[in-house]
Amino acid sequence: MMPRLSSIVPESCLLIVVGLLVGGLMKLVAEVPPVLESKIFFLYLLPPIILDAGYFMPIRQFTENLGTILMFAVVGTLWNAFFVGGLLYGVCQFEGHRLVNVDLLSCLLFGSIISAVDPVAVLAVFEEIHINELLHILVFGESLLNDAVTVVLYHLFEEFSSVGTITVMDVFLGVVCFLVVSLGGIVVGAIYGLLAAFTSRFTSHTRVIEPLFVFVYSYMAYLSAEVFHLSGIMALIACGAVTRPYVEANISHKSHTTIKYFLKMWSSVSDTLIFIFLGVSTVAGPHEWNWIFVVATLILCLVARVLGVVGLTFVINKFRIVKLTSKDQFIIAYGGLRGAIAFSLVYLLNTDHFPKRNMFLTAIITVIFFTVFVQGMTIRPLVDLLAVKKKQETKRSINEEIHTQFLDHLLTGIEGICGHYGHHHWKDKLNRFNKKYVKKCLIAGERSKEPQLIAFYHKMEMKQAIELVESGGGSKLPSAVPSTVSMQNIQPKKSPQDRALPQLSKAREDEIRKILRTNLQKTRQRLRSYNRHTLIADPYEDGWNEILIKRKRMMELEKKISQMNNYLTVPAPAPDSPTIARARLASDPQAWGLKSLTESIPTIKVDLASPQSPESFNMVDEIGKKGSQSKASEEEDGLTMKVPSMTKPRKDKTANEDDDKEPQQRLMRCLSDPGPAGEEDEEDEPFLH
Amino acid sequence: MGSFQSLPDDHPYRTLSQKTGFSLEQIAILHNRFKQLSQNEETLRRDDLQTIQDLESNPIRYEIIEAFFDKRNFQKDDVGSVDEIGFEEFLTVMSYFRAPAHNITEEQKEEMRRAKLRFLFNMHDTDNDGTITLEEYRHVVEELLSRSGALGRETAKGIADAAMLEVASISVGPMAPDEFYEGITFEHFLKILKGIEIETRMHIHFLNMDTTVFCKHHSA
Repeated sequence: MMPRLSSIVPESCLLIVVGLLVGGLMKLVAEVPPVLESKIFFLYLLPPIILDAGYFMPIRQFTENLGTILMFAVVGTLWNAFFVGGLLYGVCQFEGHRLVNVDLLSCLLFGSIISAVDPVAVLAVFEEIHINELLHILVFGESLLNDAVTVVLYHLFEEFSSVGTITVMDVFLGVVCFLVVSLGGIVVGAIYGLLAAFTSRFTSHTRVIEPLFVFVYSYMAYLSAEVFHLSGIMALIACGAVTRPYVEANISHKSHTTIKYFLKMWSSVSDTLIFIFLGVSTVAGPHEWNWIFVVATLILCLVARVLGVVGLTFVINKFRIVKLTSKDQFIIAYGGLRGAIAFSLVYLLNTDHFPKRNMFLTAIITVIFFTVFVQGMTIRPLVDLLAVKKKQETKRSINEEIHTQFLDHLLTGIEGICGHYGHHHWKDKLNRFNKKYVKKCLIAGERSKEPQLIAFYHKMEMKQAIELVESGGGSKLPSAVPSTVSMQNIQPKKSPQDRALPQLSKAREDEIRKILRTNLQKTRQRLRSYNRHTLIADPYEDGWNEILIKRKRMMELEKKISQMNNYLTVPAPAPDSPTIARARLASDPQAWGLKSLTESIPTIKVDLASPQSPESFNMVDEIGKKGSQSKASEEEDGLTMKVPSMTKPRKDKTANEDDDKEPQQRLMRCLSDPGPAGEEDEEDEPFLH
Repeated sequence: MGSFQSLPDDHPYRTLSQKTGFSLEQIAILHNRFKQLSQNEETLRRDDLQTIQDLESNPIRYEIIEAFFDKRNFQKDDVGSVDEIGFEEFLTVMSYFRAPAHNITEEQKEEMRRAKLRFLFNMHDTDNDGTITLEEYRHVVEELLSRSGALGRETAKGIADAAMLEVASISVGPMAPDEFYEGITFEHFLKILKGIEIETRMHIHFLNMDTTVFCKHHSA
């Protein structure tokens, strides 16, 4: 029953219901339920969600659709605000004595608060429906960028309501204010982002606190922007987006994992709390129900949204290459969910200036409930019904990557030949500026020169190598594919002396050995000190059973290996390239124990299913075999937890190894924790004693 | 727009417009540019394009320039390369970069896709044997990484190998150790680039108004 419930009802709805129950319970016990205080909301609950969104924002799609997003965010929100506010005022005037004293400004303020699409709600619902990336970025981008508009309108109307009269000058100042708020927010965010990137350049000796810098700087960006009444959300987005490319090049892979999971954790917690609080506040908050007002609000919101989207799309499609179809428009209109931000903003209103605040509160809660429950629940079946394109989970292939880059250069070149400075020209200029100056400043060491294609390639290599080892515990292809397409198939046939395979050079072997040694040393130290700061070697325990099972097969394969001589190796990248290590993030930490050998991994195999076949060979093995003669017992010591008999003090290149331990060694050799170069050492030292 | 008004006759433009799909204004502007590049001569040579400053920093500038002189791109079923081209050929090559019109059918879109991908294919397949061999692909990747020094050259080989392997695996599937994959044919090329929406990505925005005068000092 439970799994089915969550597939029908989005999580946000369930959380609100939980909140309602909790609030109801508290009321029964005659306790005062806590209300979602705006301070808590804006200072503690909202930033993690926004930072998470900003940090993982897909920059390419965002910038490609920036014009559309801005149109929706700015013009759309303005239209909504004035339409709803104005017509509500009209309704109030018509209705009756109770509503007559709601003046225009209050209505406009209310309209501006309620018209903003809420990023929290949108994220919560859209993440579950896996819609295609274009629509996702449009609605989501709109929800983020309209914060500036909301902030400006909110403050404007609040000021005006206390002043009383408005002039044209004020309107003009309002526009100026909007530009200042939004651009100011972005600038503040970008500055902090660059600062964070710059700081991360020097953290090679204090790896453990690297994630902290990202979080602290981002939060400071948010606070700074809020202090000056600039748009905090835009600051946060700008900070996250600017920081990410540089910080990721500088920090260790463990820090990267930490940042990723911490952000996800915090945003998850915030998200949950917000919706629960919303439910509780509904029960607790002072309400003033007025049928006309509430129903009018609801209807006007929906109508305004639909009209706004349709009208804007008509204009936007004139400038877009990939037009927005009516299906797209429907989803965009339907996905305009309101959420907790609107609620908190209304809650902040001063009751003196706005005597009808409670009524506003009730109306807003109704709208929020409607959008989250009704629209949130029905959007998934509607998406299926309308056969809207879903997100494609395709793996990025290296051919696509090569051609994407090729296309970029090609189009820039053609623009140059045409003689006009278009979109590609400026993008290219920005990239070159970035590469020449900014990256040198902000990225430490060799990484600043690594071109994107190579970085992508290494990442892919490592990912595939890891997948390979995880799936086969060291052995290769699934039985479904009896043989692989290997280099022998691609290379033109050469004479037998002309082996197409480069051998592992002596130097490379030594490097591998050294790296393994250092990493295994760390592993051992980690295992021994049960300090809470160190990681526990559970991953090794998890994989142990698998290892034992596959040990036998490895022994068979060893025999075949000597006959096999086609494998693909590529020269290993420089050892201190964190991208290689970072590629490990593709897999969960659970699989840590099953990492393959480091940089000398060549594999480019396409099918990586689990079952192994005896005929299959594996280059990991191959390399392992080569190294086995001299690598001895180093690897096995890394997995000492379960098999005490294997525990030996670390020796360099013991020559006397038992025969029956050979296969096990070889197996474990493949499964040792690779870790990148020695720069990682320092990270654990302060905590290891 | 003044230059357009003063054109003696626009009949040649009309046929060109029908053939390539550009509007008359766009053709006029491109003609101005052509004249600018060729120093008011009738034909354009490689050197004229090579002197464009904006192309200096482009890693694949030679391939781009070659594409203009490649007869396969002139839509006349001819092969080989020429040393100089006229405005019609220039325009034909440029037409590969037009954006798809709003109301075209699926077939037309597919046709456009094929044409554009054929252009790309021709850029890679320099010896015109109908396949992109490993050597040619390696060359492509090396060019792309040509600005990265030694690191680039080393890994370029690996990247190209990996890419070829991928194409082979996707197009042909499993192969026995003694089978041989000659190179990427056009059909395979279509298959592997299915993920990129070429018809929308491979386009530049052709102007309807003449602003090249402002950029004059940047070009040859």
